[in-house]
Amino acid sequence: MTAPVLLTNLRILDPSRNLDEMGGLLMADGRIVAAGANARNQGAPEGTEIRDCSGLVAVPGLVDAQVFVGEPGNEYRETIESASRAAAAGGITSFITMPDTNPVIDDIALVEFVQKTARDKALVNVYPSAALTKGLLGKEMTEFGLLSAAGAVSFTNGRSPVDDTMVLRRAMTYAREFNAIIACETRDPYLGGGVMNSGVLASWLGLSGIPREAEIIPLERDLRVAEMTGGAYHASRLSVPGSAAAVAQARQRGVKVTCGISINNLTLNENDIGEYRTFFKLYPPLRGEDDRVSMVEALKNGTIDIIVSSHDPQDVDTKRVPFADAADGAVGLETMLAAALRLYHSGGIDLMRLIDAMSTRPAAIFGLDAGTLKPGAKADITLIDLDYPWIVSKDDLVSRSKNTPFDNARFTGRAVQTYVRGLRVHSV
Amino acid sequence: MVYFPHRHLLGIKDLKEQDITVLLDKADEAVQLSRQRDKRSSVLRGMTQINLFFEASTRTQSSFELAGKRLGADVMNMSVANSSVKKGETLIDTAMTLNAMHPDVLVVRHASAGAAALLAQKVSCSVINAGDGQHEHPTQALLDALTIRRAKGKLSRIIVAICGDVLHSRVARSNILLLNAMGARVRVVAPATLLPSGISDMCAEVYHSMEEGLKDADVVMMLRLQRERMSGSFVPSIREYFHYYGLDAQKLKAAKDDALVMHPGPMNRGVEISSDVADGPQSVIESQVEMGVAVRMAVMETLLTQTQGPAQGQTRGASR
Repeated sequence: MTAPVLLTNLRILDPSRNLDEMGGLLMADGRIVAAGANARNQGAPEGTEIRDCSGLVAVPGLVDAQVFVGEPGNEYRETIESASRAAAAGGITSFITMPDTNPVIDDIALVEFVQKTARDKALVNVYPSAALTKGLLGKEMTEFGLLSAAGAVSFTNGRSPVDDTMVLRRAMTYAREFNAIIACETRDPYLGGGVMNSGVLASWLGLSGIPREAEIIPLERDLRVAEMTGGAYHASRLSVPGSAAAVAQARQRGVKVTCGISINNLTLNENDIGEYRTFFKLYPPLRGEDDRVSMVEALKNGTIDIIVSSHDPQDVDTKRVPFADAADGAVGLETMLAAALRLYHSGGIDLMRLIDAMSTRPAAIFGLDAGTLKPGAKADITLIDLDYPWIVSKDDLVSRSKNTPFDNARFTGRAVQTYVRGLRVHSV
Repeated sequence: MVYFPHRHLLGIKDLKEQDITVLLDKADEAVQLSRQRDKRSSVLRGMTQINLFFEASTRTQSSFELAGKRLGADVMNMSVANSSVKKGETLIDTAMTLNAMHPDVLVVRHASAGAAALLAQKVSCSVINAGDGQHEHPTQALLDALTIRRAKGKLSRIIVAICGDVLHSRVARSNILLLNAMGARVRVVAPATLLPSGISDMCAEVYHSMEEGLKDADVVMMLRLQRERMSGSFVPSIREYFHYYGLDAQKLKAAKDDALVMHPGPMNRGVEISSDVADGPQSVIESQVEMGVAVRMAVMETLLTQTQGPAQGQTRGASR
């Protein structure tokens, strides 16, 4: 048993209670005892360690709903342990792993493997999502009931979309009985066969384009299937305003839909690709600046629920090749918060909404015990210095892979301390 | 000695009007040299040129080879087009291997856009892009410009109609850039399925009819239509394509009487161009081949004998 800890003189920001005030935060036995202005008056128990946190903001530990890891299968890119250290460094206290591993997480034993590995080695909470179809092949559904019972928090086909509408319909119908949420990528494999955003930039570079409709058309199909089946549907990462509009319309029809966006699509655009910089080859592709601005607006007004890091470690073998041949993806656990704070500093999004989108809201969507600073909650806390200036260097990244699109980026603000169950797992 | 602030030739995009003029003037001299009985110069004596072709090419490769030899360089050809190894993986490794042999210039053709730029970052010699995917083919645009300039006396304020498969054509992209830089008016004429997305913002006037697109043109530049794109996927059939977009004597009448007919080769006779036009009095297709050698001589001599300016390839694309 560790001594109780009182963090004092900090700003407490808790979207779960819409609370934003100066105060203190008392935690004991891995739980929050009090957080807010009243925590100061409460008086700390005997032996409490008091830490002065002037200038910092305490928020519920961040929750990242989409993290690709390399374990099992590609441990040289990222293990669950190394991802958890990267998460802690980025202020993320819980993340959901994607089933796109080798082997694919489509069986109870594999879900248990992820959980056991996480329990033994991870610094933060790791929740597995399981494959929606066996082997992610889009043909046969997996054991939703048993997998849910084993701890899978959502079902997703990972990077691969489900081609067969009937398979999706049956899966959603069946999953509904277990209150399982289905999270999908939307990419038309034919229309979306290109390698970057469709448009004049791609045309000059001689690269094949991915039109916006390649995302919108399958999303609209999925939303109709969700409507038909009454299941809960989560669009994992959207990138264009047409998709946000489709989600908003579906909500008006009563469809149970939530959606996310990658931090990359909120803070970067297709111009960053420059001359074939493969670290900016992502899916969804980086879109135009107009799209980005519209998506920031959609995040602000709540059409888009959550922000994900879309953490996708890749090595030189998949990135140091011609652009069209390079793998999609970028690491993001360590930079998601700092990049998101750009939207706070200059994008017109208030901090409450931003933290909601990276903590409280994803915890609610996926039913995780996280996203709040209420008394009694698990003491998963991120302390942010909003004005901390730093420059990203890929050599400083904790992650095993260094494919960050933010190399040499200047950021203002970062997680300076991260607590998981009351224990400090990261501090600057 | 003239000022040419580039170490590599990766694309026309990096060149300014004066850079292009430098190369074309130099190429005019190379034409003279190539027409003499003794065609050898010795400016590149002792230097090594490696032609690294990941995509099969007879014409461009032999043109570069001859250009190097006429300048006195030692030329080595590496054809890796038919290698069973996956292209992307071997690119860097092959480049590093060749780099260890201390070449002075690497001439690269690759099926992926950006491959030449990627190589330029990894090797210590000059790199010339001999075609990268659907991106650029700068020496082709330069030889086209030289052909036009010698025939018309200028490049500015002429109308050039580029016709055919613009979508997949690196030749079209380089030509659009070069002709715009030199003050020409560029038109593209093609069915909508063979035009890239955003073409109207690419400094070219867009036409879908040969009659309209060729009207008053000074130059008609035909592009090759790849065989696999002829039936069904991009155009319904060869017959229909030739009917609407193939250049024949009738369609050519819309252009100026002294309009030049050009083609980067190899031609598909009866697909994008009829034989009577290809072999007719307005055709400068053979001249293009001659200018090709001259332009490549000019490019290599300029790159390799310059006091080297800032290395363009190294300031870009740092993170991969």
